[in-house]
Amino acid sequence: MAVEQADIEKIAHLARVRIADSEIPEVASRLNDILAMIDQMQAVNTDNIEPMANPHDASQRLRKDIVTENNQREAFQRIAPAVEDGLFLVPKVIE
Amino acid sequence: MHSKTLAELSQGLAAGDFSSTELTQHYLDRINRLDSNYNSYITVTTEQALDQAKTADQQRAAGNGSPLTGIPIAHKDIFCTQDVKTSCASKMLDNFLPPYNATVIEKFNQAGAVSLGKTNMDEFAMGSSNETSFYGPVKNPWDTDCVPGGSSGGSAAAVAAQLAPAATGTDTGGSIRQPAALCGITGLKPTYGRVSRYGMIAFASSLDQGGPMTRTAEDAALLLNVMSGFDSKDSTSIDREVPDYRASLNDNLEGMNIGLPKEYFGNGLDSNIEQAIQNAIKEYESLGATVKEISLPHTELAVPCYYVVAPAEASTNLSRYDGVRYGYRCDNPQDLQDLYTRTREEGFGDEVKRRILVGTYALSAGFYDAYYRKAQKIRRLIKNDFTNAFKEVDIIMGPTTPNPAFKLGEKTNDPVTMYLEDIYTIATNLAGLPGLSIPAGLVDGKPVGLQLIGNDWTEAKLLNAGHQFQQVTDWHQQTAPGI
Repeated sequence: MAVEQADIEKIAHLARVRIADSEIPEVASRLNDILAMIDQMQAVNTDNIEPMANPHDASQRLRKDIVTENNQREAFQRIAPAVEDGLFLVPKVIE
Repeated sequence: MHSKTLAELSQGLAAGDFSSTELTQHYLDRINRLDSNYNSYITVTTEQALDQAKTADQQRAAGNGSPLTGIPIAHKDIFCTQDVKTSCASKMLDNFLPPYNATVIEKFNQAGAVSLGKTNMDEFAMGSSNETSFYGPVKNPWDTDCVPGGSSGGSAAAVAAQLAPAATGTDTGGSIRQPAALCGITGLKPTYGRVSRYGMIAFASSLDQGGPMTRTAEDAALLLNVMSGFDSKDSTSIDREVPDYRASLNDNLEGMNIGLPKEYFGNGLDSNIEQAIQNAIKEYESLGATVKEISLPHTELAVPCYYVVAPAEASTNLSRYDGVRYGYRCDNPQDLQDLYTRTREEGFGDEVKRRILVGTYALSAGFYDAYYRKAQKIRRLIKNDFTNAFKEVDIIMGPTTPNPAFKLGEKTNDPVTMYLEDIYTIATNLAGLPGLSIPAGLVDGKPVGLQLIGNDWTEAKLLNAGHQFQQVTDWHQQTAPGI
């Protein structure tokens, strides 16, 4: 299944990665090479095969919903690009 | 001192032949003098290392030493080290100082080991040549025009150049085993869930495993003893007893059944590597093993399957890098979308962006079933191949890589050509199985590796087989010219 320019723009938006217009043809071409390789899978019959998400078919452990961690906000925010009053700052979202 | 194995260094420290401070300073001097030839380290933690060495010397003097107390180790720059730069070889984390230690690092600290620094790698562990690092490529000590392999290329080169007696690596599609093979060292990917992934920057959560990269199987056993174990902070960590991986190193191999997958000896395998592997198998026969041909019929689907599963999981794992809480942020973001899209455009390298796009596509509406779900079904078929094979044999063996180390720049133009480097290692990650690579020969003056694959939880058996081979051969003792 080949991708075209419009597809690249859509995927880039989903991934929140900006791709410059000038780069889109190259990106599409590389992606198509990879997709062609991946398409080999379609030749195999996998009817009635259960998908495998975890190599041991293990489920993730659950634990009781109680507080076990300490508040380390200061330590975690020390390395943030922009903080104020304990809040992470981003460009205005709501007018 | 730097030509000794970790086991020998441990004995030396215990016997008082030298102190950890002397040993650590020796390695720090070597790194300072020689690493510009290889670029294997991103960060050298000189002061912290000497502090740790001093503490280790005190512990040994007080009679509280254990095998790794005072032993210098290098860590792949994917393990979070508290307040010490952890970059994952990416511009995105160039300024990242983790506020916590990975569990693996905590375990080494508790064992009294000394951390020499953080080693170079492919960006976000995506690569097979260590050419995608933000900090420049790593050079193979055996031929500095050649790649060391990846993504744990820095760790492999550091150990091969004797700039560390051992190092940690991570393996998602072969990233411990392939660089180990190309650099002539020993590397082990444990069974999925054996080693905690807490604090190990995530690439593909159902495939990633941390493991040891060393000069010998015995050294790998010493490291694995420390790295292994259940961790409640990793929800995929398996609660299973950790044996002493040294205890069975000297078990007899008489009667061991080895399987050689016919699909691993076909087209694309360098004929000189094939010869080296056949010679290695003969050594195993002389140790009492029997050999038979087996089939892993879905081998050819492993690379396509992996290149859906891994990028899909990576696209999710790397969505956290948004310029908000840590790491790189673009200048003057105009609005929230601009903050995200430009931070990620500027912070990630090309291969990382490529894989994020592939993964996003494979998971998107209308394609999820055809790509991701299909790949998960193929994954089960691949695991079933191994489960069936292990009914007939104890260990599967074959080449680790299809070729020896290639030249820098040789494969960077075509991603798919690079992806085929991992053709023999990838299925092991999909199946969650343990895999070991040990040096087994030289081709064109460059090392090649023998890969051993075991059933779930058979690390001890793999290390035993590796150790016995290293008792009767000396490939693992060869060092790069000039080292």
